[in-house]
Amino acid sequence: MVKEEKKRGKKSDLPYATYFEYYNQFLDSKFAKTLNLRKLSERFVYEGTKNGIKVANAASKVFKSNSKKPERLDPQKNTDLFDLNYSDEQKMIQQTIQQFAVKMRNAAEKIDDVFTIDESLWNEFNELQLGYLQVPEVFGGMMKEKSTTTQMMMVEELAYGDLGQALAFFTRHSVLNAIVNFGSDGQQADLIPAFLQENPAIASIAINEPTPLFSPYELSTKAEKKENVYVINGIKNIVPLANKSAYFLLAAETNDKGIQLFIVDKNSKGLSVNPERTMGLNAAEMCELTLKNVEVDSSAMLGGTDGIAYNEFIDYCKLGWCALAVGCCQAVLDYVIPYANDRYAFGEPISNRQAVAFMIADVKIELESMRILTQRAAAKAEQGLDFEKEVYLAHVLCAEKCMQIGSNGVQLLGGHGFVRDFPVERWYRDLRAVSIAVNGVHL
Amino acid sequence: MNLEIPKKFKGIQNFATIAAKTIFRPISRKYDVEEHTYPVELDLFAAGLNGMNDGSEGSIGGASSKKEDVSDGQVHNGGNMANCINIQAMCYGDVGLLLSIPGQGLGNSAISAVANTEQLKRFSKTWAAMAITEPNCGSDSSAITTTARKEGDFYYLNGEKIFITSGERANAVVVWATLDKEIGKAAIKSFVVEKGTPGMQLVRLEKKLGIRASDTAAIVFTECKVPAENLLGSPEIDIKKGFGGVMETFDNTRPFVASMANGVAEAAIERTKELLQDKINLDYKTPINNVKSVEAEIYKMEAEYEAARLLTLKAAWMADNRKPNSLEASICKAKAARITNQLTLKCVELCSSLGYSYNELLEKWARDSKILDIFEGTQQIQQLIIARRLLRKSSAELK
Repeated sequence: MVKEEKKRGKKSDLPYATYFEYYNQFLDSKFAKTLNLRKLSERFVYEGTKNGIKVANAASKVFKSNSKKPERLDPQKNTDLFDLNYSDEQKMIQQTIQQFAVKMRNAAEKIDDVFTIDESLWNEFNELQLGYLQVPEVFGGMMKEKSTTTQMMMVEELAYGDLGQALAFFTRHSVLNAIVNFGSDGQQADLIPAFLQENPAIASIAINEPTPLFSPYELSTKAEKKENVYVINGIKNIVPLANKSAYFLLAAETNDKGIQLFIVDKNSKGLSVNPERTMGLNAAEMCELTLKNVEVDSSAMLGGTDGIAYNEFIDYCKLGWCALAVGCCQAVLDYVIPYANDRYAFGEPISNRQAVAFMIADVKIELESMRILTQRAAAKAEQGLDFEKEVYLAHVLCAEKCMQIGSNGVQLLGGHGFVRDFPVERWYRDLRAVSIAVNGVHL
Repeated sequence: MNLEIPKKFKGIQNFATIAAKTIFRPISRKYDVEEHTYPVELDLFAAGLNGMNDGSEGSIGGASSKKEDVSDGQVHNGGNMANCINIQAMCYGDVGLLLSIPGQGLGNSAISAVANTEQLKRFSKTWAAMAITEPNCGSDSSAITTTARKEGDFYYLNGEKIFITSGERANAVVVWATLDKEIGKAAIKSFVVEKGTPGMQLVRLEKKLGIRASDTAAIVFTECKVPAENLLGSPEIDIKKGFGGVMETFDNTRPFVASMANGVAEAAIERTKELLQDKINLDYKTPINNVKSVEAEIYKMEAEYEAARLLTLKAAWMADNRKPNSLEASICKAKAARITNQLTLKCVELCSSLGYSYNELLEKWARDSKILDIFEGTQQIQQLIIARRLLRKSSAELK
């Protein structure tokens, strides 16, 4: 294992060389060819550089509706067979992300210390151009049908690399998913293209508020309708990448349409963004947002004049957090197995003892439980079926078991688990967020 | 990716659920109270089943897991999954009664797993129970002391077997015995001993915590004379293959036992929700820390149950598609059995003295569920199997 570690270290000395190796593999794959990715990406690299700069202010304006129906991805058809296989395309994407996740893992310790992801890693992530796997064809993406299980798999694999970075990297893609799933025609036309540029816009979902027993269904942030604008007041916290975001999808209780989400420009008057230290997830650069009489045009309500079914929006966020939890817990399991086999006490590997071995067996049992409930909820969502109950139960289970697994990960390493030379203490801190956070991720 | 039960199995599921409600539930308490009384109602039911099973993809009970051809590269949902769906629906009725259905013994699973073609045909109408456990050996089945000595065309069996489900009612018992104690596991063979074979004596029926409808026998074999052609599989002692042959039975049946647990869990959760309906409001939205304690308990039980149910279907799906599933079979058995035991006890608690009373079946399910975490490999044995697999340990390293 030590040897492998060294090998990896060597590789990361030449990040671009290895990167291009696998990225080109990806582009040359059957999958990319079928979907014409190379052509598309070349075109957009060009157009991206041409138009790339004006992204930041996209949100500050009125979203004109052409009274067209917004573009929605079709529900995925299935063969009516119980089937847990990923498609060949999904496996291809999975491999690509797994390779990137290795870099995330190698960088994780440093990022945790410096509270930000370095630019080169960001660039590498951007070059994966995951947006194409989310955006409908009409807007230049590759998608016709919903791909919630693909999104789940991507988030899971990213979180296998590092939970905090996964949250940071997927923050923007979550906003994109939300706009594809819920945006009005005007919002889609204005906001989606920026996500396919070479250096795509960052935006972030802001729902959590700093209050005990927080519920996304009981918000203190209020949006009051006055003629053509909503006036928003309140505080949001643990918002990932808020300082890097151009705008937020921010939840507030309206006086006419229940709880809704608003597209709020970061530079709006009355909005202040302050960095916030948290137990973990350092890579995600959490911030607190304070809104004092922030005015947004009424067309900036997500979904347009009628708003959206807010509970469905939340369900996709919870699903995302389940996928993050599964990925990170898999990382814990894969870390403790070689550790317990290599660590000697009383003359033999500690894994020869049932007390240790059974803990690891339980990590596996509960991890598979988390995974299968998450898969079921995602598969139902993808097929356009009601998945409220499934995602609720998946989240209940993931919230409880992932913290157990995080805690046992530290326990299994004993004193080593408690020191920052080993990743398990970071996973312990990161996993505590799963049952708390709604922000940031949306499948 | 799809995790819903395919439409083609809805028919069997509905049939089994109706049978569970109309045949099993009405007599559930009766045979719990009258332990050791034969549930005659099942004879008629079994006759109907056997007719139906001849033509269906999956049979009801644990008897057959027909081998289908899956080499076409397509995804298959076959007999293993159908069996799991069936067994769960039946055990939603009553797990003790399911274990008592004539013709559906665990021995039948053993026969279908290791018998040769001639034996399969000869025993196709036999109701076979399974005899492994001995007074001094349970989970460690390699330590069995019952012997089989060959003389001419017969084997002579000597030893005592306990915990034989349907040991009195079945037409035959599949007995594990060793050809040579010195050689160990590899010398263990299974023999079909038909009822009435000289030297086979039923010594008692156990009185139990639960599944009282199912009879559990102890049988002593004294110079019991069994025809040589009743030895299942190969009579040779193959040191390399060793235990593999006989253990295959368990890879096949662990998801079925998990399904039994899932059925009991489903019944208990459903009844608990009915009894509590005026006191709970489940919206599947409010965060779990913001709901009543009883609501939170129910959410947790439902989440655990769904996980167990889906993990069981996963193991069955893998078997149907010829993917090696020994690990997944143990995972689903470990998960389903332990959560069912915990949650049936919790359901009794939530329903207070009503749950504790014979006026409801909740207390019965809480008693029945305990065996599910014990037979076909205890919780701890499943954990051992899982841990050895994950850590790549032999049984000598991880004891």
